[in-house]
Amino acid sequence: MKSIRIGSGAGYSGDRIEPAVELAEKGDIDYLVFECLAERTIALAQQAKMKNPALGYDPLLEPRMRAVLATCKAKGIKIVTNMGAANPEAGARKTAEIAKSLGLTGLKIAAVSGDDVIEAIRETPHRLEETGGSTTDLGNRIVSANAYFGTAPIVEALAQGADVVITGRAADPALFMAPLIREFGWAVDDWDKLGKGTVVGHLLECAGQVTGGYFADPGVKDVEGLGRLGFPIGEVSEDGTLVVTKVDGSGGKVTPQTVKEQLLYELHDPKNYFQPDVVADFSAVAVEEIGPDQVRVTGGTGRERTGTLKVSVGYIDSYVGEGQISYAGPGAVARGKLALDIVRERLALMQVKTTELRFDLIGIDSLHGQARGATGADPYEVRIRVTGRTDTLAEAVKIGNEVETLYTNGPAGGGGAFKSAREVVAVQSVLLPRALVGSSVRILEA
Amino acid sequence: MKLRQLAHSRTGDKGNTSNISVIAYDAKDWERLCRHVTAERVKTHFAGIVKGDVVRYELPRIAALNFVMYQALGGGVTRTLALDAHGKSLSSALLDLDVPDEEQA
Repeated sequence: MKSIRIGSGAGYSGDRIEPAVELAEKGDIDYLVFECLAERTIALAQQAKMKNPALGYDPLLEPRMRAVLATCKAKGIKIVTNMGAANPEAGARKTAEIAKSLGLTGLKIAAVSGDDVIEAIRETPHRLEETGGSTTDLGNRIVSANAYFGTAPIVEALAQGADVVITGRAADPALFMAPLIREFGWAVDDWDKLGKGTVVGHLLECAGQVTGGYFADPGVKDVEGLGRLGFPIGEVSEDGTLVVTKVDGSGGKVTPQTVKEQLLYELHDPKNYFQPDVVADFSAVAVEEIGPDQVRVTGGTGRERTGTLKVSVGYIDSYVGEGQISYAGPGAVARGKLALDIVRERLALMQVKTTELRFDLIGIDSLHGQARGATGADPYEVRIRVTGRTDTLAEAVKIGNEVETLYTNGPAGGGGAFKSAREVVAVQSVLLPRALVGSSVRILEA
Repeated sequence: MKLRQLAHSRTGDKGNTSNISVIAYDAKDWERLCRHVTAERVKTHFAGIVKGDVVRYELPRIAALNFVMYQALGGGVTRTLALDAHGKSLSSALLDLDVPDEEQA
């Protein structure tokens, strides 16, 4: 039975680079996929593109491509990535430029565009899935709207002979499933296979999270070599059976436990995992260890896809200001609490206009509140954190300032103050009929 | 006994919804997890954090439960004021849940 090997070279935009080089050099892979777009990344990229039309692709596209392009070209490994972010065409041009600078020739680089649907979103009101509100509530604060593509335009690019495919927004699993459809000729309505392909993509898309990252708990779940964590390889057969593995000698591990945790990561109803290509069903997936760092995954399936595509709408939500400062030694917690009280009083006295405020004692109650916070003896040190939401950046700046002035006006021994103020670009979703979203593929020859 | 002795766990996030897997180390303990780690108990455990419903899904073939917790991330990952915006640390809090000892059959 025919099978291919897909390496996962990044699980988010800032991920480590050298594990991808290791995959290209030693992974015996056919495809290298980089998944680099979180929910709001594309909205931030859109803002970058508005400032400079030559930008808007992933800031790490250049170092990643520079690190793997020559090896992939030499070994015939095809690259698929969503590092195009808000500007796949510019990302493709940049990649061509890098190829040229590396002395590579005969490389076909495809840009997949069309996910930007901001015009369609602006034209008529659309229901916001999270709040039940309308896109009109967001007014002129909308900065981006991108539909999640499925596999179709990526498969088309591969069929045109692309060595590198650069997309904007696409469903993360689709980046991995497109090579399977291209190589195995799966039909676009073979829901069972597409369900299995979704399992493949879902398990690989967060890279190190299936090979021992986001897993270690010393003494309970030990993992060796997280400093040189190996990224995963999916060996996929024509029938959709997957074996998850990694490069021999790399750090981390692939076990039924690491695979199960990643299978359920960001999954809601296992029977209804909505994807652009299929409604995948993970409820009967089974895993089996077949060798060291080799786990076989079977049992995924799927049903007919829906008539809509999810669209992520990025908008300027608010501004957030923050300040932190630390206290230590006997009485640290009492001084931290006093510090919080002082900032609370100062924000009121200075009439700082906030719509939401939060006061945390890091080390006590900052993660899960007082109910689940520490109940035993006082810790040796505590760090306070005050954060608030405002309508302007100028108001947000005042919050951190009121924490910083604790240095000379607050409790004894306050050290290590830090402050920040930032614009918050948030994301909500809309469902758009498929007919309103068109894709285009353009090939650059480098 | 703490849940941490019987199961491992991972948190995921989408918008303002958090999901937490609870996976039995030993498949024989899965039914016990089903009996004691209910949606109601998880909702109570996260009182003050989870403002919406908690729904439990069962995955017997991998001896796992999946809890989907709505309105759990302070308004959503992209806008919350919480230090742990993604709620990544929630799985560790859930493993602190008490599971009653049961007599061996």
